Amino acid sequence: MTVKQISVFLENKSGRLAAVARLLASRGVNIRALSIADTSDFGILRLIVDRPEEAYRALKEEGFTVSLTDVLAVAVPDRPGGLAPALEALSEANLNIEYLYAFVARHADQALVLLKVNDRERAVKVLEEAGFKVPSPDEIYSL
Amino acid sequence: MWNPKAECLSREELEELKLERLKSTVRHAYENVPFYRRKFQEAGIKPEDIRSLEDIRHLPFTTKEDLRENYPFGLFAVPLKEIVRIHASSGTTGKPTVVGYTREDIEVWSEVMARTLGMANASSEDVVQIAYGYGLFTGGLGVHYGAEKIGCTVIPTSGGNTKRQIMLMRDFGTTILCCTPSYACYLAEVMAELGVSPRELKLRAGLFGAEPWSEGMRREIESNLGIEALDIYGLSEIIGPGVAAECLCKEGLHIWEDHFLPEVIDPATGEPLPPGEEGELVFTTLTKRGFPVIRYRTRDISFLLPEPCACGRTHIRMGRVKGRTDDMLIIRGVNVFPSQIEEVLLSLGYTEPHYLLVVDRERRLDVLEVWVEVSEDIFRDEVRGLEELEEKIRREIEAVLGIAVKVRLVEPKTIQRSEGKAKRIVDRRDLK
Repeated sequence: MTVKQISVFLENKSGRLAAVARLLASRGVNIRALSIADTSDFGILRLIVDRPEEAYRALKEEGFTVSLTDVLAVAVPDRPGGLAPALEALSEANLNIEYLYAFVARHADQALVLLKVNDRERAVKVLEEAGFKVPSPDEIYSL
Repeated sequence: MWNPKAECLSREELEELKLERLKSTVRHAYENVPFYRRKFQEAGIKPEDIRSLEDIRHLPFTTKEDLRENYPFGLFAVPLKEIVRIHASSGTTGKPTVVGYTREDIEVWSEVMARTLGMANASSEDVVQIAYGYGLFTGGLGVHYGAEKIGCTVIPTSGGNTKRQIMLMRDFGTTILCCTPSYACYLAEVMAELGVSPRELKLRAGLFGAEPWSEGMRREIESNLGIEALDIYGLSEIIGPGVAAECLCKEGLHIWEDHFLPEVIDPATGEPLPPGEEGELVFTTLTKRGFPVIRYRTRDISFLLPEPCACGRTHIRMGRVKGRTDDMLIIRGVNVFPSQIEEVLLSLGYTEPHYLLVVDRERRLDVLEVWVEVSEDIFRDEVRGLEELEEKIRREIEAVLGIAVKVRLVEPKTIQRSEGKAKRIVDRRDLK
């Protein structure tokens, strides 16, 4: 149930994000979700793509500092109050969320939330027990 | 050892030899170089006033500016027909400095360089790859003649073309590598990228010089290339590479005192400093005929170690050059050398750190920014993790330097790679 996320170190200067996007485009890699965590000097770009291994290699070859990180995806209903119970379930199980970002899938009434947690296996169990669907990596990559 | 007799002369014999040669050099310079004659006369000194080695302190210094002002051949002590080789600096900061060698001088140079290679037990069995620049720069040809004198198999690759360097190293079975330490790091980096393991190579030793480097960088090079890494020292004004070199004890560099007479002075006052005290290195050549140099101020910061060395060589040692009076930054009154920053980064577990010191002046205050490339081995996926890293580097550097710095994490390859001397400083202070 582990989704491979690409993390890229980027300096805060113009054109860096465009360079990543251009590179992935040239390899025909499709970006499914994207988030940036930034400070005044640098940012960490996080990407979910359809072919993570290939994107990782391409970025590395181009000299980016890049890593593959294991994250977890959970589907929540796309309506008010859809997300809260999932987070509560994790909190009650004493699971720590290191970061999270969401995206809305095109053909469903579900929103997808990507989570980095301290204990992935337990988080999957907790979320499924609370009635949430945890899509498989292939489902995420092929959205 | 290449020349055990010369390298293990008793101290008495050495002192006697040095004095005899100093007298002869001073007379030779006085009689044949109008510049020296004039300077000695201004200082009220005659060659016969040199009666002991101590008397050297009455002689005036020679500086790089003196060399430039006498461009091109003003300091040569023999007619050009006796000069068989000329080398020169790049002249990036003014007129180049030009030096000349007679046939005998080339012989001396080959001898001291052979002794230097002998520090790594070089023999005719060795394959020596010389990746110092050939041409006007003394590095390449200087090492070359020494290696040939020993009878090593020499591969004169010169600098650059890194992938080919690695291919030749592997295919020709290079055993000893000679280049700048920063280029050795870069070679190791590219080898890793190409998937070439040091185990595929026969490399066993490296002689690295032409720029200051640190103990930490030695550990990196030794573990990444699987070799013994030795520090060598030299400068074209004195002869080129081969003025001094580390033995396998790695506790200071033996200066070939039968050819070069070292002093350490206070760079501010010019007064000689006692052994052990750090200051500017000054050399007088003792055997050179074409281009004798009296009390040349090297601008390199080091100290002398007179205690005997376990290797059995009797020649005095100098400490690793910590930096230069001209690459030493003075930040808010504190002396800062790039090598200190490098030590910190290596101690924090960085492999081959690429860093740059950027100095600015903001509201009349010096600000030092240390740029550090984020390599994959230190990259963390979380902002907090990277900020902690920044903070840790900052704290450690501040503890070493005693001044506040700003650390900035930058993307790989932001800092220019070098195939010669690494550029570690960008000084943007406008000191008008």
